[in-house]
Amino acid sequence: MVEFFTTTNLGIFLLIVLQSLAVVVPLLVALAFLLWGDRKIWAAVQLRKGPNVVGAFGLMQSFADFLKYVLKEIVVPAGADRFVFFLAPMLSLTLAMTAWAVIPFNDGWVVADLNVAILFVFAVSSLEVYGVIMGGWASNSKYPFLGSLRSAAQMISYEVSIGLIIIGVVISTGSLNFGDIVMAQDGAGLFSWYWLPHFPMVFLFLISSLAETNRPPFDLPEAESELVAGYQVEYSSTPFLLFMVGEYVAIVLMCTLISLLFFGGWLSPIKALPDGIFWLLIKIVFFFFVFSMVKAITPRYRYDQLMRIGWKVFLPLSLAWVVLVAFFAQYGLFWGAYARWTVGG
Amino acid sequence: MMSSDIQIVLPEILLSVYAMAALIGAVYTGKDRLAAPLTWLTALVMALLAVMIAGGEGAREGFNGMVVDDAYARFAKVAILLSAGAVLVVGTEAMARRGLLKFEYPILIALSVVGMMVMVSAGDLIALYMGLELQSLALYVVASLNRDSVKSTEAGMKYFVLGALSSGLMLYGASLVYGYSGTTLFGGIIGAANDGHVGMGLLIGLTFVLSGMAFKVSAVPFHMWTPDVYEGAPTPVTAFFATAPKLAAMGLFARVMFDAFGNAVADWQQIVAFLALLSMFLGAIAAIGQTNIKRLMAYSSISHMGFALLGLAAGTEFGVQAMLIYMAIYLTMNIGTFAFILSMERDGKPVTDIASMKLYSRAEPMKAAAMLILMFSLAGVPPMVGFFGKYAVLNAAVQSGLTWLAVAGVIASVIGAFYYLRIVFFMYFGDEGEGVQTPMAPAAWAALMGSAAIMVLGAINLFGIEGAAAAAAAALVN
Amino acid sequence: MSVADFAFYILAITTVASGFCTVVSKNPVHSVLWLIASFLGAAGLFVLLGAEFLAMLLIIVYVGAVAVLFLFVVMMLDVDFAELKAGMAQSVPLALLIGVILLLQLGSVIGVWQFSDGAEAARAAITPAIEETHNTMALGQVLYTDYILLFQLAGLILLVAMIGAIVLTLRHRTNVKRQNVVAQMHRDPAQALEMLDVKPGQGL
Repeated sequence: MVEFFTTTNLGIFLLIVLQSLAVVVPLLVALAFLLWGDRKIWAAVQLRKGPNVVGAFGLMQSFADFLKYVLKEIVVPAGADRFVFFLAPMLSLTLAMTAWAVIPFNDGWVVADLNVAILFVFAVSSLEVYGVIMGGWASNSKYPFLGSLRSAAQMISYEVSIGLIIIGVVISTGSLNFGDIVMAQDGAGLFSWYWLPHFPMVFLFLISSLAETNRPPFDLPEAESELVAGYQVEYSSTPFLLFMVGEYVAIVLMCTLISLLFFGGWLSPIKALPDGIFWLLIKIVFFFFVFSMVKAITPRYRYDQLMRIGWKVFLPLSLAWVVLVAFFAQYGLFWGAYARWTVGG
Repeated sequence: MMSSDIQIVLPEILLSVYAMAALIGAVYTGKDRLAAPLTWLTALVMALLAVMIAGGEGAREGFNGMVVDDAYARFAKVAILLSAGAVLVVGTEAMARRGLLKFEYPILIALSVVGMMVMVSAGDLIALYMGLELQSLALYVVASLNRDSVKSTEAGMKYFVLGALSSGLMLYGASLVYGYSGTTLFGGIIGAANDGHVGMGLLIGLTFVLSGMAFKVSAVPFHMWTPDVYEGAPTPVTAFFATAPKLAAMGLFARVMFDAFGNAVADWQQIVAFLALLSMFLGAIAAIGQTNIKRLMAYSSISHMGFALLGLAAGTEFGVQAMLIYMAIYLTMNIGTFAFILSMERDGKPVTDIASMKLYSRAEPMKAAAMLILMFSLAGVPPMVGFFGKYAVLNAAVQSGLTWLAVAGVIASVIGAFYYLRIVFFMYFGDEGEGVQTPMAPAAWAALMGSAAIMVLGAINLFGIEGAAAAAAAALVN
Repeated sequence: MSVADFAFYILAITTVASGFCTVVSKNPVHSVLWLIASFLGAAGLFVLLGAEFLAMLLIIVYVGAVAVLFLFVVMMLDVDFAELKAGMAQSVPLALLIGVILLLQLGSVIGVWQFSDGAEAARAAITPAIEETHNTMALGQVLYTDYILLFQLAGLILLVAMIGAIVLTLRHRTNVKRQNVVAQMHRDPAQALEMLDVKPGQGL
């Protein structure tokens, strides 16, 4: 039986399918509750109750919404480019899911253990912009198009600084593999994680990932006050659901990235306690909570301010940081905190 | 990466560091107000580097043979640096008068010169390509520096598109050469063509690389861009196009032909001879109908490149020496001629019409006389230095058995003399015209007069350039 | 047919077919989308070759950035491509002729192709053994040592491109009120607001 799965072509294929399902299904189920949590947190900040009708504490709200989306009629605007119009949301969700292929949940628990894993995630997330552009363009309508252009410019801008911040971490590790990056943070628990040596970049990364995923306060693409809902205006029912799920999957992915890159992934904060997937999940949920709180308490940025921060503040800062880290790592400054190359090899 | 490697490319490093420092300095301080001093400073830096390079000795290889520092490279680099510096200084005032003097102009020129220096000392196909692109990219930008002029924009666009095409051709050839020989180093490629046998892959690669380079020296049939770019670009920029890049491209041409394909001389000789023949004739004949002096100079440069290729076609050390001498003389003549052209204006507007020069000698006898000398020299009339350049390349061709090509060269030269003499005719005889004013900054005046003086006085011993050219040629062909 | 062969054919067909569609597609936006598909196929081929680093860079740089800008331009410019192509129809026979000649020439090159004797050895000499190190590291090792000069020159080329783009597009127009961010941030209500007690029927 084991032989079938490890040697024959069909077996390997089935194994990969099973592994992928093992990642995707729990992710989607968890997402239903994360969505509910998002709304609850937002409601709590605004002194409302939030979803509380379907199921205990409204826990089943997301599933009810799911049914509603799926059962409604799909409306396609006149003059829309039908093929691209439907391709866009599917692309959006598929790509958001694809990136999870290289995310490790525990030591060795990963579908595809690439040695360029972090570049893979980066490449896939740079593709996500196409879902938005294609959706906006294919709707054949002004607001979606404007929204999609804005969004694309925003995502590309912040990708640059995200990339540079990641390079800093990669320099410290000497490897592009997530497993290596996490294991390089092993040591004295909480204080040997990368958040300490790469302290300023943690904030930059957090803010950039807010912008990258079009979350408030950078949700300019949607900007309902001016663009109605940006690139999603003309979307309804299932295609809209796909967009929304894709967006949330991307958000959870960003939370995971922060946990892996700066907060030790599945490592436990206190050396005495055992490491494990448990810690990673806690970290992801915590950062999701941070995302929700930011959404709840910050007003939306103006578009020119957003671009100014991206290009004139974040880009120079992260670039300077790469140079600094390279210098620290090369000369082993700060007790070698920046040069943990033993793991990567 | 040893310090000896760094030593070899030190002039390039210094120039690029200067360019970057100047860029940052100017951006954060005076911007375009600093443009004029920056131009002078750039020229000064180039002159200093030329002095530094001229002091070098021997032949060295750096970065595993990717760059070569020998007498040939030094000769070309000194000529490039000096001519680029001279053109910068000559053109400053004219640029400022047209409101085109941006501080990026000298910086782009400096970076382009870095590219040229890499080109002539390249010992590797990739280094060659990098140098070429660095040079060309900066030139595309300066060609369309005058954004408000449709012609200037068109010039930049045409130059860019055709330049990209030629780069593509060259890369294609380079990949074939690499595929055949397994290395991009010239030293390895020459080894692959050993014992006189040249594989088909190498031959086709060689042809493509050659076409790419023929584009850069604007040899016929790859010359189409030249007249339009010369005409459209601001005149000081045209002056630059006509000088340093031509020498760099020519230097690169000879470098590749001898360093990488030195074992296949017979194979490329016929192609180069063909290019030379066509360039000489087309340059001479097509220029006759031109009324715009910038277009005329474009055809003139095509014709001159034909003559320079004639020296190269000889495929001998003597031929390379003749080519270098020819190029040095060509640079000097062109700087002088363009110093005049870029000052031509009427009521503050630049004019480039040849007819506007009618009876110019009555208004400005001194400048007219200088132009007379330069035109005679460009045409190759005997007492002037230009004649000796032509004589050297023709002699080299005859000596290596290309007598038919040399005879063709003489005929082309006679045809070409017509349009140079027509300018002289206009200046001295012609009938009354609208006239042209040529207000000149001291630098441009000095360049015009100096270049004319060299054309006369140089006839005695060519200022000893022969010796340097001989040493350079000996370093290349061995 | 092994899995690798199968993957190769799928990717190769995708690449070539998308490239073809890029050219023949009537809608320019579709053309760019096909181009992207073609890039993705090429990236897949890189992965098959064991050059995963290049594959990822191809996606990040070309698909993630360059093609997006293509798409922007194509979407925003109101270019009637049908009209442009109509003019092109006249030169199709010539283009076909040149294409066929080139194809024949290339065919003849491939027909007589041979490597020089030392080519294999020369190629192998530069690259480290594949068992010792994966290709990202191998690339890093030669890029910053043997090829440092070329790497830096490439940087200079990009610098020139950047200067060029700025020189040719940046215009400092006069008479335009520009945003001063610092001043904006340091405004406070005390300076910006004035409280007035307006009497009824009088106005200000």
